[in-house]
Amino acid sequence: MEALVQAAPGSHETHAAPKRSWLFTRPTAKTGIVSWLTTVDHKRIGLLYAISALFFFLVGGFEALLIRVQLAVPNNTFITHQTYNEMFTMHATTMIFLAVMPLSAAFFNYIMPLQIGARDVAFPRLNGFAFWVFIAGAIILNIGWFVKSGAPDAGWFGYAPLTSKAYSNQFGGDMSTDLWVMGLQILGVSSVVGSLNFIVTIINLRAPGMTMMRLPVFTWMTLVTAFLIILSFPAITIALVELMMDRSFDSNFFEAANGGLPILWQHLFWIFGHPEVYILILPAMGIISEIFPTFSRKPLFGYPIIVFSGACIGFLGFGVWSHHMFTTGMGSVATAAFSLMTMAIAVPTGVKIFNWIGTLWGGHLKMRTPMMFALGFIWMFMFGGFSGIMHSAAPADAQQQDSYFVVAHFHYVLIGGSVFALLAGIHYWFPLVFGRKVSEFWGKLSFWIIFVGFNVTFFPMHFLGLNGMPRRTAVYDGNMGWNDANLVSTIGAFILAIGVGVYFFVMIYTYFKGEKSGRDPWDGRTLEWALPTPPPEHNFDVIPTIHARDAFWYEKHHQREISREQAVHAKEEESHGGIHMPSQSWFPIVAASGLLIGSIFFVNHIYAGAIAGGALMVLGIYFWAAEGPGGYHVDPAGHDDGSHGKH
Amino acid sequence: MSGSSGSIFDPASPEAQAITHLFVITLWICAAIFAVVAGLVGYCLARYRQREEADDPAQTAGNKRLEVVWTVVPFCIVLVLFGLTAQAMEKSDPAPEPGEPDLVITGHQWWWEIRSPKLGYVAANEFHIPVGERLSIRLDSTDVLHEFWVPRLTRKMTAVPHAGNHVWLRADKPGVYQGVCSEFCGTQHAWMRLIVVAEPREKFDAWVRTQQQPAAVVTSGDAARGRDLFRELTCVNCHAIQGVGGKSNAGPDLTHLAGRQMLGAGVVPNTPENLRRWLTDPQQIKPGALMPNFNLSPSRRDQLLAYFSTLQ
Repeated sequence: MEALVQAAPGSHETHAAPKRSWLFTRPTAKTGIVSWLTTVDHKRIGLLYAISALFFFLVGGFEALLIRVQLAVPNNTFITHQTYNEMFTMHATTMIFLAVMPLSAAFFNYIMPLQIGARDVAFPRLNGFAFWVFIAGAIILNIGWFVKSGAPDAGWFGYAPLTSKAYSNQFGGDMSTDLWVMGLQILGVSSVVGSLNFIVTIINLRAPGMTMMRLPVFTWMTLVTAFLIILSFPAITIALVELMMDRSFDSNFFEAANGGLPILWQHLFWIFGHPEVYILILPAMGIISEIFPTFSRKPLFGYPIIVFSGACIGFLGFGVWSHHMFTTGMGSVATAAFSLMTMAIAVPTGVKIFNWIGTLWGGHLKMRTPMMFALGFIWMFMFGGFSGIMHSAAPADAQQQDSYFVVAHFHYVLIGGSVFALLAGIHYWFPLVFGRKVSEFWGKLSFWIIFVGFNVTFFPMHFLGLNGMPRRTAVYDGNMGWNDANLVSTIGAFILAIGVGVYFFVMIYTYFKGEKSGRDPWDGRTLEWALPTPPPEHNFDVIPTIHARDAFWYEKHHQREISREQAVHAKEEESHGGIHMPSQSWFPIVAASGLLIGSIFFVNHIYAGAIAGGALMVLGIYFWAAEGPGGYHVDPAGHDDGSHGKH
Repeated sequence: MSGSSGSIFDPASPEAQAITHLFVITLWICAAIFAVVAGLVGYCLARYRQREEADDPAQTAGNKRLEVVWTVVPFCIVLVLFGLTAQAMEKSDPAPEPGEPDLVITGHQWWWEIRSPKLGYVAANEFHIPVGERLSIRLDSTDVLHEFWVPRLTRKMTAVPHAGNHVWLRADKPGVYQGVCSEFCGTQHAWMRLIVVAEPREKFDAWVRTQQQPAAVVTSGDAARGRDLFRELTCVNCHAIQGVGGKSNAGPDLTHLAGRQMLGAGVVPNTPENLRRWLTDPQQIKPGALMPNFNLSPSRRDQLLAYFSTLQ
């Protein structure tokens, strides 16, 4: 609870130990590799998440291009069936767990504490741990590319009993499924740890006056998403542990031949898997809910109902999992019930869209790049929503399930929805993070190429699906009537790739040479825009007091009152000895590397090594506890007191 | 074989028709909503683009009445849609009737086994049905999950080992209907297709009579040597030929192999040349298929081919 200590900064000083062993000497580097490996600063961790997620976004995109090349023409032999299966398995796994989720986590980390007027998250070292565990999981998932057994190839959904030893390790020595099982479990640890941190932060570290109903919507969606993660990941963790037991110790949860229940896997998987869809989309909706008010110069229309709808989607998200299983023979009562629940989700989603339009209505729309992506989001997400309604009707789904229609649907939701919003968010907050502004011309150009490429790729897939093309097939015959749509789709994929390339190139260029933006370039409404760019390590010189929902907009319109208030608070903080900051630490990365080492041994069935890795992790956590919270003071003018690790 | 895939817009049975009907209505409802929303967004974009330097707009934070309206209206649409869904469920997938099914279709990695408990025949990847008659089908699997899907005839349904899922199958028009496994089932999921031939009752009965026959008897020449090889080599461990030998269903029943349109569950047309390639090395045609390359000598291979060509 390091950062919580700042509430009573005087109290911990009496615990200062006179001597510390070398083991517990806290790293103090502010630049260089050590500063990044040991960082506990939520902004740096946010950047680490963003860079890793964008890297994996490119990896997943590359896998998608290989898939599209293979499908460009009938009976293609560009890659083998086996490689194709690895590609679509890893494309999905990468995009969901290693690109979109961590990119959302990057925004949670960087933006959320700034929006609530906090100086860090509640558990800074735990935050570092969550990131390094994420890296461990990403390594485990991708290690298969570099070893003989190959990458995971049983689909990102891993339906039993295809994942059992009998079918994915017939001849021994194939550990690709073990890597997948282990990787997802580790990523689950990272997500749950990170989410608990966000929940505690939002509940406890809000600035005075920041009531729950004044939270920016992005922060609200962070909170809802974090709850979805901690409630849904246990289900998949149970399923994965059971599968791991089946594969490693011959238990029998899912192998039908021995009386196991393959459909049980699907229930457990989708009890996680459907909330996961909202884990991917709710942060996006939060970002959109920040961008529309800013670029319409109006408050968000119907804030309470938007927040309530977000929470409502989260709740309903736990009651619809079996709509992924309409074709498994559940019986008509269950089918009808899940059908109705699924349709019901359209209501809060529709309400959100109408409220966003209400926000635009009567505003002064500034058509900047983030706004373009946000508007693109509305159009594309609507398409995905409509096809979603179409297969919420169970009989219609009985034709669409596992066809390209579904592929079109969820790419409209996840690219047109999540990814467009995340790309909008990067543009939107780029000036805050780096102090430079992306050129409007290049930003808009990348938007239009991405928008066109995306639609050319995925719109034809609706027709492929309705014309009977099943998913996950490496080849198709030339006489099925699927040739043209597939070729168009592949061309679209390359246009999309060019768009993404332009987007990335422009970002990198802007980072080095972009136009300086200065503070608050968009005339923002929420608290993060009150900060200088880039924000200092301690974020706020003086913890602000919140008077209204659009906190910074209010500040800008009540400057005299606010500056008087801040002067009083600054004096109070100074009397506490300045701003208390958490110390950096080696132990999060040590504990995470223990997990990585142990897992690698485990999938190779070298249990002594697995135990050694586990021991390293436990030691890391033990030392982390033993080294104590640490901390040092910064005075608001920016000079630290040089007391690193001595408190 | 028919040159077109199965489009759900071209249904050929009342069950598939009910689904298409539901889909089209939903499509129109969604199109109407899309027109409204797109119109509103378009209007905002046209009307409210910023005139630079203008004062801040009115800081409206909401409107209770409007918000109630756009919550209640979608809710009503959802109820209507659910009513239509329930109706379509009844029509597209009526409850199974007790008693023995007309066909038991079993998914294997990567081919389909079709058995008729009532008429006593076994087929693989291709089967015939009488036009206009509704058949009750039980789905099973011997290994992983598969999914039975003939888009123009019926809903898809997963074949779960031992679960006994049920689906109705009917075609109102004669024709060749393409089907496919639509649940990812491993390496060769792409080549797990099936063909349903719907034909008038008399033709269907004639086909059934053929299927009920044991294998043609051969007495001499290459064909007879081929038949003996089938017994002597390990073929019989996985394949059966009625009247000759083999009990396993690990591989397709070969009793009427020569009468089939396709080989390897759709991977290549069943021509003598393709069958020769298949026997030479199945892994060249369908990599990952569970039949290994037996490295048959050319003479043995040709004897087997001579025998298989008699299995009409």
